[in-house]
Amino acid sequence: MSAPPGVFARELAAVDLPGLSARSQRATPTEVDALLRRVDPGGAGRPAPADARLGLDELAVLLSPAAGARLEDLALAARETTLRRFGRAVRLFAPLYVSNACLSSCTYCGFAKGLPVARRTLDLDEVEAEGRLLADRGFRHLLLVSGEHRVEVSADYLVAVVERLRPLFPSLSIETQTWSDDTYARLVRAGLEGVVHYQETYDRARYAQVHVAGWKRDYDRRLSSFDRAAAAGARRLGIGALLGLAPDWRADVLALGAHAAFLSRRHWRTEVSVALPRIKPSASDFPPVVVVSDAEFVQAHAALRLFGPDLALTLSTREPPAMRDGLARIAVTSMSAGSSTEPGGYGSAGTAQEQFSISDERPPAEVAAMLVRAGYEPVWKDAFPLVDASAQG
Amino acid sequence: MSQASIESAGHVGAAGSGLPGGGTSQSGAGDDLVVAGRAFRSRLMVGTGKFAAHEIMRASLLASGAQIVTVALRRVDLARLGEGDVLDFVPAGMTLLPNTSGAVDAAEAHRLARLGRAATGTDLVKLEVTPDPRTLAPDPVETLRAAELLVADGFTVLPYCSADPVLARRLEEAGCATVMPLGSWIGSNRGLRTRDALEAIIAGAGVPVVVDAGLGVPSDAAEAMEIGADAVLVNTAIAVAADPVLMARAFALATVAGRLGHLAGRAGPGAPTEASASSPLTGFLGAGPATGSGGGAA
Repeated sequence: MSAPPGVFARELAAVDLPGLSARSQRATPTEVDALLRRVDPGGAGRPAPADARLGLDELAVLLSPAAGARLEDLALAARETTLRRFGRAVRLFAPLYVSNACLSSCTYCGFAKGLPVARRTLDLDEVEAEGRLLADRGFRHLLLVSGEHRVEVSADYLVAVVERLRPLFPSLSIETQTWSDDTYARLVRAGLEGVVHYQETYDRARYAQVHVAGWKRDYDRRLSSFDRAAAAGARRLGIGALLGLAPDWRADVLALGAHAAFLSRRHWRTEVSVALPRIKPSASDFPPVVVVSDAEFVQAHAALRLFGPDLALTLSTREPPAMRDGLARIAVTSMSAGSSTEPGGYGSAGTAQEQFSISDERPPAEVAAMLVRAGYEPVWKDAFPLVDASAQG
Repeated sequence: MSQASIESAGHVGAAGSGLPGGGTSQSGAGDDLVVAGRAFRSRLMVGTGKFAAHEIMRASLLASGAQIVTVALRRVDLARLGEGDVLDFVPAGMTLLPNTSGAVDAAEAHRLARLGRAATGTDLVKLEVTPDPRTLAPDPVETLRAAELLVADGFTVLPYCSADPVLARRLEEAGCATVMPLGSWIGSNRGLRTRDALEAIIAGAGVPVVVDAGLGVPSDAAEAMEIGADAVLVNTAIAVAADPVLMARAFALATVAGRLGHLAGRAGPGAPTEASASSPLTGFLGAGPATGSGGGAA
């Protein structure tokens, strides 16, 4: 087999993920205890531990069943680490679905090509109307989401969307198909701040099973897209694994940790954010191959926080209120709120297929009020316009 | 518009009047911190990030007795002024010091500073050019470039910078009003890890030296002041404390204590007391015939 293209793909190929996952299963309470002592910052006023930089071996221990038995201690250490680095603040953002048209066939997704669902791509005026509704609700950070359709959601279209929305939103990110030409650079010049592409699973064999057709089927194209996005000047890179897709969720979280570490090292100017969505019911009727329990889900977030104290951790409305409120106090630093996963869904729901059903239906103001009650400031704006509007046509 | 007045330099305003509970945030008459011709009694500057709520931030700012408060322009939302924006919670009478946090190069810092000046009306700017989101370490090259751009554009520039004595000199030569070297990484609470470099900067500086970043506990602030810093800037350690208001008071007192300690002049460090009574090793010198002062005559 030839070496896969892409620097991280080669690095990941050298990581023994099954071995690390087995290592996780074998971890002992004594090892967990020693590691917890090492990472414990022991209170917000105390210095950050100098020797707490963890490797994948340690991440495996933090993800272990043995560490699961110490979940509260793990959460406490994660909370202190989050507080020191990010303070008592959680950033809020909204997804804006601009299109559910899609040329990729992914067996778990409600937008997959061929599914008999209502399709819609918003025109620029419709995009702006949705944007204004979200701006009125307080959002200044926006994530533009679409299916993978290079005709309906072309580079020209996305550039026009960014230009239309940038007066309303100082922070704009995309979660679309990956791009292999100069599209990232064009978008950054137009004012794009962040690029989000979830690899979904880092397990190549499983990836090939669920990504049946379309550009998304190309594992390496997707994995290497961040190098192009970062080189183009994107400031935030979002990565993620869809838990429930591959049988060994620990291996995917370990790979995600390796990916985050790689991106942080190679693209030192970029902020890396990580998300761990769990599979939700959708039009695809896809059954998860493994159920990650609530406790394991919390453990995975706490472990990633201790592994990467600087990583932004993002949580969507896929999770129910209790989980979202809980994780905001432990590790999560960025949340969506009041989301619609249907193009045009903020102005008039029910005209197109949603991507998945959400579980936290509270309006943004209510999520913000929850954060305030929990002792956190909801941060609506943490960005500034990236292009000088006065210098543009 | 903010309640904070940017014209409030000098000895005015509730914020500078002292500490709740009868303490004082100032080291005494005639010991003002002077930044670009503006005098301040408090030598503690404070930041506004990472607080749980704007109300707690406001109470902490008041408790700190600080007169200079820095606000990240990236957090300011002009559309929300008067409706709960961060600027609405900066107490009246405090001098607003907008900062360019998030800027990744000189051109961006300049553009952001201009936006800030247009929005707040102040020519003061805390220059932050921090392209590495992990350490938030300042980029020395772009910081110097930005300082030159901003000074030429009429700003009063207070640059956050690496603890590097040569860079500090260069920033001063570029016309900066202060230098603000880091004690350790922002938010790390690790104290004065750069102490040797800070001492060299302080020894050479012709503008106020403000130790910024990394001060984790009040004793860190006291230490910085003891070694001769002109002021300190604290944010995370106050904002993330269990009781931010109490911690703000503690930092105020520590800053004053350190300043007074510096002014008082410390005793020599750790010299054995008997050494001053006599000189057991060199007392023989000049004590009689043993002294070979006669050159080769012996």
